Amino acid sequence: MTYGLTAEILARAQFAFTISFHIIFPAFSIGLASFLAVLNAAFLWTGDRAYLSLFNYWKKIFAIGFGMGVVSGIVMSYQIGTNWSVFADKTGPVLGPLMAYEVLSAFFLEAGFLGIMLFGRTRVGPGLHMFATAMVAVGTLASATWILSVNSWMQTPAGYSINDAGQFVPEDWWAIVFNPSFPYRLVHMVLAAYLTTAFVVGGVGAWHLIKGHSGPAVRTMFSMAMWMAALVTPLQIVAGDAHGLNTLEHQPVKIMAMEGHYQSHPDGAPLILFGIPNSEERRIDYALEIPRLGSLILKHDPNAPMAGLDTIPEADQPPVPIVFWSFRIMVGLGFAMLGLGLWSLVQRWRGRIYTDGWLHRAAVLMGPTGFVAVLAGWVTTEVGRQPFTVYGLLRTSDSLAPIAAPAVGASFTAFVVVYFFVFGAGVFYILRLMHRAPVIDESENVDGPIRAAGVTPGPAMEHAPAETGSQER
Amino acid sequence: MVFDLPFIWAGIIAFAVLVYVVLDGFDLGVGILFAIEPHERERSLMMNSVAPVWDGNETWLVMGGGGLLAVFPLAYATVLPALYVPIIAMLLALVFRGVAFEYRWRTARWKGVWDMAFFGGSLVAALMQGIALGALVQGIEIEGRAYAGGWWDWLTPFSLLTGVAVAIGYALLGATWLVMKTEGEMHDRMRSRAKLLGIATLALIGLVSLWTPFQEPLYFQRWFAWPTIAFSVVVPVLVAALAWVLFSGLASGHDRYPFLASQGLFVLSFVGIGISFYPFIVPPSLTIAEAAAPESSLLFTLVGFLILMPMILAYTAYAYYVFRGKMDPDEGYH
Ligand code: HDD
Ligand code: HEM
Ligand code: HEM
Repeated sequence: MTYGLTAEILARAQFAFTISFHIIFPAFSIGLASFLAVLNAAFLWTGDRAYLSLFNYWKKIFAIGFGMGVVSGIVMSYQIGTNWSVFADKTGPVLGPLMAYEVLSAFFLEAGFLGIMLFGRTRVGPGLHMFATAMVAVGTLASATWILSVNSWMQTPAGYSINDAGQFVPEDWWAIVFNPSFPYRLVHMVLAAYLTTAFVVGGVGAWHLIKGHSGPAVRTMFSMAMWMAALVTPLQIVAGDAHGLNTLEHQPVKIMAMEGHYQSHPDGAPLILFGIPNSEERRIDYALEIPRLGSLILKHDPNAPMAGLDTIPEADQPPVPIVFWSFRIMVGLGFAMLGLGLWSLVQRWRGRIYTDGWLHRAAVLMGPTGFVAVLAGWVTTEVGRQPFTVYGLLRTSDSLAPIAAPAVGASFTAFVVVYFFVFGAGVFYILRLMHRAPVIDESENVDGPIRAAGVTPGPAMEHAPAETGSQER
Repeated sequence: MVFDLPFIWAGIIAFAVLVYVVLDGFDLGVGILFAIEPHERERSLMMNSVAPVWDGNETWLVMGGGGLLAVFPLAYATVLPALYVPIIAMLLALVFRGVAFEYRWRTARWKGVWDMAFFGGSLVAALMQGIALGALVQGIEIEGRAYAGGWWDWLTPFSLLTGVAVAIGYALLGATWLVMKTEGEMHDRMRSRAKLLGIATLALIGLVSLWTPFQEPLYFQRWFAWPTIAFSVVVPVLVAALAWVLFSGLASGHDRYPFLASQGLFVLSFVGIGISFYPFIVPPSLTIAEAAAPESSLLFTLVGFLILMPMILAYTAYAYYVFRGKMDPDEGYH
């Protein structure tokens, strides 16, 4: 089962595969946990039951997504040892403590309060239940903070020295945790998680508006999501721009690959909008470019010289086409999100936000785009860092565990089969829950054993009765 | 030095693994017993008895792995490649079992599939943990700073035996947990299952204990030389005492003692393994001192541990308290 590939390639493919699956769920649960905390607070504050129905509606979806995040995360924390043991030995003294802090300050917090948040409202009362809900949200954010510090250190290492055994040894914890790219990456990723969730919520709300279920809960969720889209997308674009400038300072080679700058531009670099990277000939074919704009954006001077990949040894270059394309996908989606946000503002102002069918169709279409942008962003970041795992210091090829290719190939195959089966089913169940519109007095426990015990759902339906039918369609 | 940091950390990691074993042990055990409980209502009850706490229990596994990476990176980097197959199998099993908690309620047609996933995942995870333990006891071959053996070295009759022993032991924990959490018919059934599982667990503990000293000259010496031989005499006495608490509790219908006694058996076995290993963290080649990260890493992590662990223990205990007592079959969790 090695498919004629080396252990290194297989281990890289396996890592990329498992972490790409993992990141999908946290991106959603970071945003959704905060959204749930806001909904619960809004319900306690206003007493408006539309918020409570929305809380109970999204809570069930959250539980499935969170469960998938946990199990895929546990895989990550052991895979660093099974497949990248040399990396673990060398960076463990620096990165291990950060991950240990993540476990202590984030994972335990989430797990400790999750049960109370999901099942405990009637047992502990509204105050403590609100507290538990907030703690779950805080836990997801703390988790993102630590793991992004870890990842950022690998991109822009700081505060370390190297000992006789070749290990990275901590010298200054403050410099390690707050390494140069960490603040930018944290802001950008948390905003990304919020946007991802907003677009999912907006897409589900829009779907039900199209289907004619325009009760107060559906309207509220659509409206909340469109506010997020309109307000947070511009912030994200600003944050992304700042992030790019930071990357230019610390990882210029990655920027060369993102921009498609095979050649140096001594008197002002163009901004290449589209084109086909041709790594053989080292140029962008069919490039559509705006002269000097690249220098203007990155250096704030249209005539500033910019070095290209021709100044970098071949062995230290990342693969250009992947980075070039993934970056454009992310940025393109960012502007599409901005467009939807602005459109919703206009329609809100004209009082047509709940009636403009085209807006709703666009929102449904944009529903999954946050996930795509997150993945594209991470591919840009991670592939752009190649061929290093610790930028400039530790090569990917020197990080590998002494495991034979057949072992890696077999485990990779198993992960692919199991993940598609298990997470495919989970996504299907989530979609099915989304397909059902929220009802007023959405029960805390729609389809657990309580239903089997014959308790009827709440009386007031806000839409066609067909929607409250069985879960199995 | 008064405070020997690597030694303190070896204690903390051992503590994390032990907490993992006693907590996730019973909810994996509930999963193992799932297969022989044919009725839907009982199955729901069993799953709901652990649904609010399993995620927290499993976090101790992440704590063990993450902690090892932080403070004994060399141990992490040599043990995991050596145990490649059992670890990957355990991870995949945990995937199946973890999602079953939610998926089961989301479908009628596929409920059986996720019930099997819950059972199979629990069983395979327990077996693999036991096998990993046995493989570690057998010893791991290290050259330079890397694992030097093959990818099937872990597979021996001894590791298979420890695999079975852990799975049966977990099932005992699960059964006594359910004795504590349920009433009526189910309670009675679990009591009789716990009796059988108790006998099997004791037999397996005995077998593994007799075989272990022959795995490594070091262990033999440890167990049959002064002063540790004192412990070798005390342990069987303590085991016998716990066995008495377990069986008399089951016979007299006591709810909590059987559970606590079975947990005690795990704690004792664990302490025994610790005594055999010391001062090694990866026998027979890597000592605690050799594997330790630099002092700065140990100290930085220790500060966080000392501040955060009391809070974790407090809110974990609170979560157990909120969901205390017998299960109400009509109270839905989903
Ligand atoms: C703990 C730190 C960490 C984090 C948070 C991430 N990665 Fe990563 N990534 C690594 C640590 C790492 C690594 C261990 O350093 C790898 C393994 C091999 C390598 O080249 O770096 C890696 C490689 C790697 C590769 C292979 C690159 C190549 O072979 O050219 C891809 C595509 C990704 N990652 C994708 C992601 C995605 C989609 C992430 C979103 C969550 C992500 N990574 C976060
Ligand atoms: C190699 C990288 C990573 C490792 C080793 C890792 C590890 C883990 C582990 C072990 C869990 C389960 C925690 C539990 O038991 O409750 C988890 C869940 C989680 N991870 Fe990751 N993770 C990684 C990448 C990321 C990234 C990049 C993010 C976000 C920026 C992230 C955010 C989260 C969150 C929020 C959870 C909670 C579960 C969920 O929200 O679905 N992780 N991760
Ligand atoms: C259109 C404006 C955007 C710009 C200019 C931008 C810029 C960037 C840049 C330069 C990077 C690479 C950082 C590095 O080299 O390490 C990056 C990464 C990333 N982007 Fe964006 N981005 C934009 C929009 C978005 C959107 C809309 C999302 C998701 C909703 C997103 C999600 C991410 C993620 C998850 C990463 C990887 C994590 C990180 O390094 O921060 N981005 N972005």
